[in-house]
Amino acid sequence: MSKEEIFRKQIKKVYHLLLLLFSLFLITGGMLVYYTINPDFFTFKTKTETIVSTPVVEVDEDRIENGIHVRTGLIDAEGLMTVVNNCTNCHSSKLVIQNRMNAERWNATIKWMQETQNLWELGKNQEIIVNYLVANYPPKDKGRREILTDIEWYELKE
Amino acid sequence: MKRRDFAKKATLSTFATLIGAEIVFGSSLIDGYNPLALQDPDPFKMFNKHKDMVVLNDKPWNIEAQAHLLDDKITPNSCMFIRNNGLVPEGNDAKNWTLTIDGESVVNKKTYTLAELKSKFEQHTYQITLECGGNGRSEFNPPAKGNQWTIGAVHSATWTGVRLRDVLKDAGIKSNAVYIGYHATDIHLSRDPKHEPISRGCPMWKALEDESILAFKMNGENIPLIHGYPLRLVVGGWPASVSGKWINRISIRNKVHDGTKMTGDAYKVPCEPVAPGEKVKDEDMCIIESMPVKSLITYPKSGATIKEGKSLNIRGHAWAGDLEVAKMEYSIDFGSTWKTCSVEKPSNRFAWQHFKATVNFPKKGYYEIWAKAIDSKGIGQPMLIPGWNPKGYLNNACHRIAVKVS
Repeated sequence: MSKEEIFRKQIKKVYHLLLLLFSLFLITGGMLVYYTINPDFFTFKTKTETIVSTPVVEVDEDRIENGIHVRTGLIDAEGLMTVVNNCTNCHSSKLVIQNRMNAERWNATIKWMQETQNLWELGKNQEIIVNYLVANYPPKDKGRREILTDIEWYELKE
Repeated sequence: MKRRDFAKKATLSTFATLIGAEIVFGSSLIDGYNPLALQDPDPFKMFNKHKDMVVLNDKPWNIEAQAHLLDDKITPNSCMFIRNNGLVPEGNDAKNWTLTIDGESVVNKKTYTLAELKSKFEQHTYQITLECGGNGRSEFNPPAKGNQWTIGAVHSATWTGVRLRDVLKDAGIKSNAVYIGYHATDIHLSRDPKHEPISRGCPMWKALEDESILAFKMNGENIPLIHGYPLRLVVGGWPASVSGKWINRISIRNKVHDGTKMTGDAYKVPCEPVAPGEKVKDEDMCIIESMPVKSLITYPKSGATIKEGKSLNIRGHAWAGDLEVAKMEYSIDFGSTWKTCSVEKPSNRFAWQHFKATVNFPKKGYYEIWAKAIDSKGIGQPMLIPGWNPKGYLNNACHRIAVKVS
């Protein structure tokens, strides 16, 4: 075999190898494209699977039960959704419900949140929010010390 | 594509972005199965907490104990309160964790890996009582702003780490150093990376105490993520907010640290006493240092009924900020008479001290047992709520439990 022939054979070998690689690449690419469209394609299982039936309940995420907005626990009253939409994004509604303040202190708290916590300008909504909070979560006079309440009595066995 | 399938895929891809990884075999998930992290978070499972712990806030997470949960001499993780100002950091990697010491008053800015901290400096273990500055806030009248802690924002675990003093001295402290300020990897509620949720500190003399440590173990194990994994500051006797979690930088400052929650009215009380509800200017507020003397009756749980003629053994813990508890008393007649409890010495400075007493009741009826600790300077707990302050800190009023004799 002449040197030239050997060289030609080698070139042919390389050419075939490249062709094979390229077609493999094409096939894989095609399969991947198909997979993104129909991901179930590679799930080789019979379709007689046991159906775990979880009833699809269409839940209204803003539903009210017994006067309470279920998702946040806030009292259903005028201004509720304004409070939900402005005051439960960064922190939980639990922080709102725990706190009892008058209008002046709620306004000061809003100002503090705007200065340090990235709260946006509330515009006309501020009055709606503060009115809602003062009306539904008013401060309660606790005196200098409250009596013990909600005692769960139990028999102590020693 | 069916609508439902689309919805599932959309959720899964959103979820994948959230957790930063593709869900392998996501499309093979059985209908009706939701990945764990998509479900409503169960804090009790997520943080390994006792079922009787009380969730005050779920964004950010704030959870407190009840008195009877704190009966152990060393508080287990399950009953330790959780206090967060921001969101828990994600992806804390102990292997690549570093701590940098910098600031105006550092001689050489230095960065240590966690491994270097552990190998280079001597390790110490202390039991340290940490109490949130706002513990007891719920009792202030008029109400004070913030999480309405009752009595359960206190714990006393053991912490293992290296002395902050050794690390600061290794980097070098200039003679003009005044304060340290910590920085951590927790995330601001607004997710704005420019804001730190909290960055507090303490004066140099406090930072240099033996028991001020950079801890990597809690009760002998890696610190749980929610309590500061992989590195937290532990500074006993002061508001627990000084004991920053997820610490990656400490600045040696040439002035009082001015990080988030060091300024304004945070962790401050009026320098001079004010009437309840009075407005106080920021410049008239002073930073809280040592916490006041306090105690808890951890056994029995409030609400015990016992038979007439039976005596009742009570027990609990007492602590006194930078000081020690010198005396412990109880009263079953609303403070008309006080009897002495026996009180143990602390296992080390800043560990709470255990007390106990045997209580006898003169006749049938409703009683309250009130406990009062007195510190080494002779200062005791008030029966009424102490000085009102705008943010409701430092309520160390006597703890009491209800008992019925029948």
